[in-house]
Amino acid sequence: MKVTDKDVAYVADLANLELTEEERPRMLRDLNAILGYVDLLDELDTKDVAPMAQVSDRFGVDPNKAGSARFAYARRDDIPEGLRKSLAPETVLKGAPETDGTFFEVPKVIEK
Amino acid sequence: MHLTSLTIDAARSAVQERTTSASAWAESHYARIASEDAKIGAYLALSNERALEQAARIDALAEKGETLPPLGGVPVAIKDVMVTRGLRTTAGSKILENYIPPYDCTAVARLEAAGAVILGKLNCDEFAMGSSNENSAYRPVHNPRDLERVPGGSSGGSAAAVAAGMAVATLGSDTGGSIRQPASFCGVVGLKPTYGRVSRYGLIAFASSLDHIGPLTRTVKDAALMLRTIAGRDPMDSTSADIPVPDYVAELKKDVRGLRIGVPKECFGEGLDSEVRASVEAAIQKLAGLGCEVIPVSLPHSQYAIPAYYIVATAEASANLARFDGVRYGFRSPEARTLSDLYRKTRDGGFGAEVKRRIMLGTYALSAGYYDAYYLKAQRVRTLLTRDYEEAFQKVDALVTPASPTAAFKLGEKSDDPLAMYLADIYTVTANLAGIPGISVPGAPTKSGLPIGVQILGKHFDEATILRLAQACE
Repeated sequence: MKVTDKDVAYVADLANLELTEEERPRMLRDLNAILGYVDLLDELDTKDVAPMAQVSDRFGVDPNKAGSARFAYARRDDIPEGLRKSLAPETVLKGAPETDGTFFEVPKVIEK
Repeated sequence: MHLTSLTIDAARSAVQERTTSASAWAESHYARIASEDAKIGAYLALSNERALEQAARIDALAEKGETLPPLGGVPVAIKDVMVTRGLRTTAGSKILENYIPPYDCTAVARLEAAGAVILGKLNCDEFAMGSSNENSAYRPVHNPRDLERVPGGSSGGSAAAVAAGMAVATLGSDTGGSIRQPASFCGVVGLKPTYGRVSRYGLIAFASSLDHIGPLTRTVKDAALMLRTIAGRDPMDSTSADIPVPDYVAELKKDVRGLRIGVPKECFGEGLDSEVRASVEAAIQKLAGLGCEVIPVSLPHSQYAIPAYYIVATAEASANLARFDGVRYGFRSPEARTLSDLYRKTRDGGFGAEVKRRIMLGTYALSAGYYDAYYLKAQRVRTLLTRDYEEAFQKVDALVTPASPTAAFKLGEKSDDPLAMYLADIYTVTANLAGIPGISVPGAPTKSGLPIGVQILGKHFDEATILRLAQACE
């Protein structure tokens, strides 16, 4: 067993999940089964292999440039007024579960 | 003409020549959805008003005798992971049950600009996480070819709608095979383009370095038409490539003679159903008969693809899904008393079991002490898997493999075993890790009549070649 009950509780906390009493043992079982399979990767010696975060790391990168200028694919011409005007606040707030018309409302963060 | 065999050109020409109208196409599709979809479950929402307004615009053009745009009057539908302005978009999740997006996904907007009529939004696995469509929070989708079987996932509704005559073409998304595998299960064509070929603006993110949008259609030519419409640079998606879009339809006219096709031995080993093997081998023989050179190749790291993929995909998912917190849109738990309580109760109540499992796995793989062992390791293996393709493509123009190790399985068969479900993606995930294009085209079916998909993989931005080869297999 790689993952313990304690790990499940800790990771759920990091992920902002609670998980019910019924969900936890199932999660423990599934995570151990999947991570057991992932151990297959340990067969490979990768110490001299560079990690790949993005396909664009290998394509559309200009090796002759430095810094972010290398990433040709991500470049765009600046538009003085911004790429596009933002959505109107009332449009966005229409989707909010709770709002006072100006702000998103959430339960009080600081208790008296 | 029967709706199950209608193609894009046939639908458009009929409107152009005024043998029917765009409005009549939309109505006949809605009638078919009304009679068929109760048993299939492909649609989550219909957009009648938007569809009929667009159809009326197209009909007005046709009446004036103007040349219709390439998809003029063609009824299409959209996987519910792409946002649509004013039209409820759920990603198959309870957490977005009441979400009405204020903007349109670029791919959807491009289809409409080309004259397509959007019929509605299609069922899928929650947040596109699944290989059977059983993870939809609303209802599972049944395979139109055999209602006891799954349509595949996660674009199960997109494949089923095309197979059942409820849309001429659809959009799906593919993060690890979610277009190609359901296409293979339902007997339709499914194309995952190159990473960067199609804008993802407005696609609800699952794993950003692996997510793609692509079409599901009845013919390869229709897939080429759809791709030509949605492809190309979009200033709203900085990962969309500024590379010219070829005329994929014109490219289809070129001969396949002389193309070199690679057959990776690792894709024909243990775990492959014998009928699937026979079907894919028959397709290879057919291509050989048309003058393609068949060359055995090796993708030596294939067995590491699934574990590497499920670490990378879940790590990215855990970050992407952090935005669903009940504050700005979507579901909010009514029970919460504090802010932290609000996040937790909202996410606990809003996400289904598979989504929670992937968030947990991804969070674990990124957490202090495990990052190097899991996430960084998987990223390094991703490099090896990509190199396998680069080496193979030194020798060949395309690769031919099965799309899935089996034909469609039964509902409930794998839903209790996440690892068994993940293994259904064995032939598709590497194309996402490497970003290369892939297409699934129907091969000879099983003896019992279930569809089988032949997958053709190509070089980056060389969709034209795999489309040509796929058309030769049709």
